[in-house]
Amino acid sequence: MGAYIVRRLGQGLLVLLAVSFICFVIFQYMGDPAWALAGRYATPKQLELVRQKLGLDKPFYIQYIIFLKNAIRGNFGMSFVSRLPAMQVILERLPATFELAFMAMLLAVTFGVGLGVLVSVSPNSLFSRLIMAGSLIGISIPTFLTGILLIMIFAVELRWLPPFGRGEVIRIFGGWRSGLLTWDGFKHLILPAFTLSTYQLAVLLRLTRAGMMEVLGEEYIKTAWAKGLPPRSVLFKHALRNALIPVVTMIGLQFGELIAFSIVTETVFQWPGMGNLLLSAIFESDQPVIVSYITFVSLVILSLNLLVDLLYVFINPKIRYA
Amino acid sequence: MHRGRVLRHFLRDPSAVTGAAILLLFVMGAILAPLIAPQNPYDLETLRLADSLKPPIWMEGGERPFLLGTDEQGRDILSTILYGCRTSLTVAFGVVLVAGTFGMVMGLLAGFYGGFIDAIVMRLADVFYSFSTTLMAILVLGLLKQKGVLVLILAISLTDWVRYARTLRGTVLAIKEEDYIDAARALGAPTHRLIFRHVLPNAVPPLLVVAAVDFGVVIMLEATLSFLGVGLPVTEPSLGMMISIGRKYVYAGKWWLIVFPGLALTAIVVGINLVADWLREEINPRIQKAVKGR
Repeated sequence: MGAYIVRRLGQGLLVLLAVSFICFVIFQYMGDPAWALAGRYATPKQLELVRQKLGLDKPFYIQYIIFLKNAIRGNFGMSFVSRLPAMQVILERLPATFELAFMAMLLAVTFGVGLGVLVSVSPNSLFSRLIMAGSLIGISIPTFLTGILLIMIFAVELRWLPPFGRGEVIRIFGGWRSGLLTWDGFKHLILPAFTLSTYQLAVLLRLTRAGMMEVLGEEYIKTAWAKGLPPRSVLFKHALRNALIPVVTMIGLQFGELIAFSIVTETVFQWPGMGNLLLSAIFESDQPVIVSYITFVSLVILSLNLLVDLLYVFINPKIRYA
Repeated sequence: MHRGRVLRHFLRDPSAVTGAAILLLFVMGAILAPLIAPQNPYDLETLRLADSLKPPIWMEGGERPFLLGTDEQGRDILSTILYGCRTSLTVAFGVVLVAGTFGMVMGLLAGFYGGFIDAIVMRLADVFYSFSTTLMAILVLGLLKQKGVLVLILAISLTDWVRYARTLRGTVLAIKEEDYIDAARALGAPTHRLIFRHVLPNAVPPLLVVAAVDFGVVIMLEATLSFLGVGLPVTEPSLGMMISIGRKYVYAGKWWLIVFPGLALTAIVVGINLVADWLREEINPRIQKAVKGR
């Protein structure tokens, strides 16, 4: 187990190195940030000065080594746009993105797995058919469209919920500003969280249903029914536990997707999170912020994947990592 | 292959037939767009600002020939949808072709030869898979600052091949254990004959399911990227870009700018997913049979 974790951490480190290097290679072909900073009418001399200040005049590999050295110390340079430390700029946006992604994941797992089990029990009932039709649309409608349609219905037409922003936030501990604890902040979270969860919810629902239908046909489930166990016990204790393995795998694989779609959701709802920041950084060629984002997100995805792998051990005791 | 039986199963499944019909409708519309569209929305000479933001024809202020209304530049919505579907389907075909071919080669190499190649391909696959095609495409396209149909196809394929490689590798590993492969090998069949005559034909069905699902995913992805502004250039018709333009008019109540392209986008993908679901169920028993040993 210990050796397995060490090996996985080593692999993760290699991936991070590769990711940071790829970023740098692409940057070589990107628009010159000196132009963006010095302005369109800057003289060559002014441009040169800006380049020196940013270290852009040094050769590529030296820039990369400097970057790596600084990265280990948690220093990713200053944002070209806001002139603040890039990692700090990213981390300031973390609470907004975390609360959004967390709520979306909670919705997706609760309703995806819950409805998946319900549907598998009576696959031909009207209720199940409606849910399955809904899930088909759920996996066929792009996240940005869901968001815009929800805004059109619940914000513009019915005026029940706010269409954009994060609402009122309060500082809870350290620099963490939460929108979960105020009624206004909660209201702002409903539409974006639902938008971000739709696709994952539909995927998990279909997967749970397929897994449950397969397991429910097994002999040991018939035995459990024959023993006269209550349905709750048969379904959730005996069946779901075994149907859950592909579902957990999928949840693990979907973290990357969740982060990708949080970029989309944040754009649609002008949610002040990391994804929104990334997109503006891309359009402004704000290199340090983009690199910080990629590094941070890679770190999160890699550790979450490791966590999911370890979770298997608890769900299925048959799995042992040598 | 029992073509007749597959066709019979297909015709007996109403949702599969519905899906195929929807798909056929949009494919025909996309191919015939230059002939049937009332207007070429990307020929600037046919656009008149006086026609801008007209509602659908059945609403007050609607005008012929703009059946579904017009956008801010006086582009006919129906025509733009037809041309947008052309782009969507081209990108999806392109990705399935490029990523599918590359992924098949990698999966075949990894599954058939194993060892070092397998280790490298599968590590790469793991990493790309966990970073998600969408995230990588946003980053790569955002950094490249270059736009176009070909760039988009390549940027998506960069990580998308992993789906095909993983599936094919898994099937190849299972097929390799079959007795008929041992028999062919014992009879002295050369490697290329083993691969092309015995392994590949049996590994194709699961790949078809992957390709079908992927086709739908790529259509949504193209729309998403174009919506975000990192996908296609503004000179290319795209359903995602239409919706991004329409978003500016949400508060003005110009719903047709979003609802019609959104409906088209979702309908195509629903059609594909219906066919993919049928395909998966049609192929599944055969896989189980193959695993259990015929």
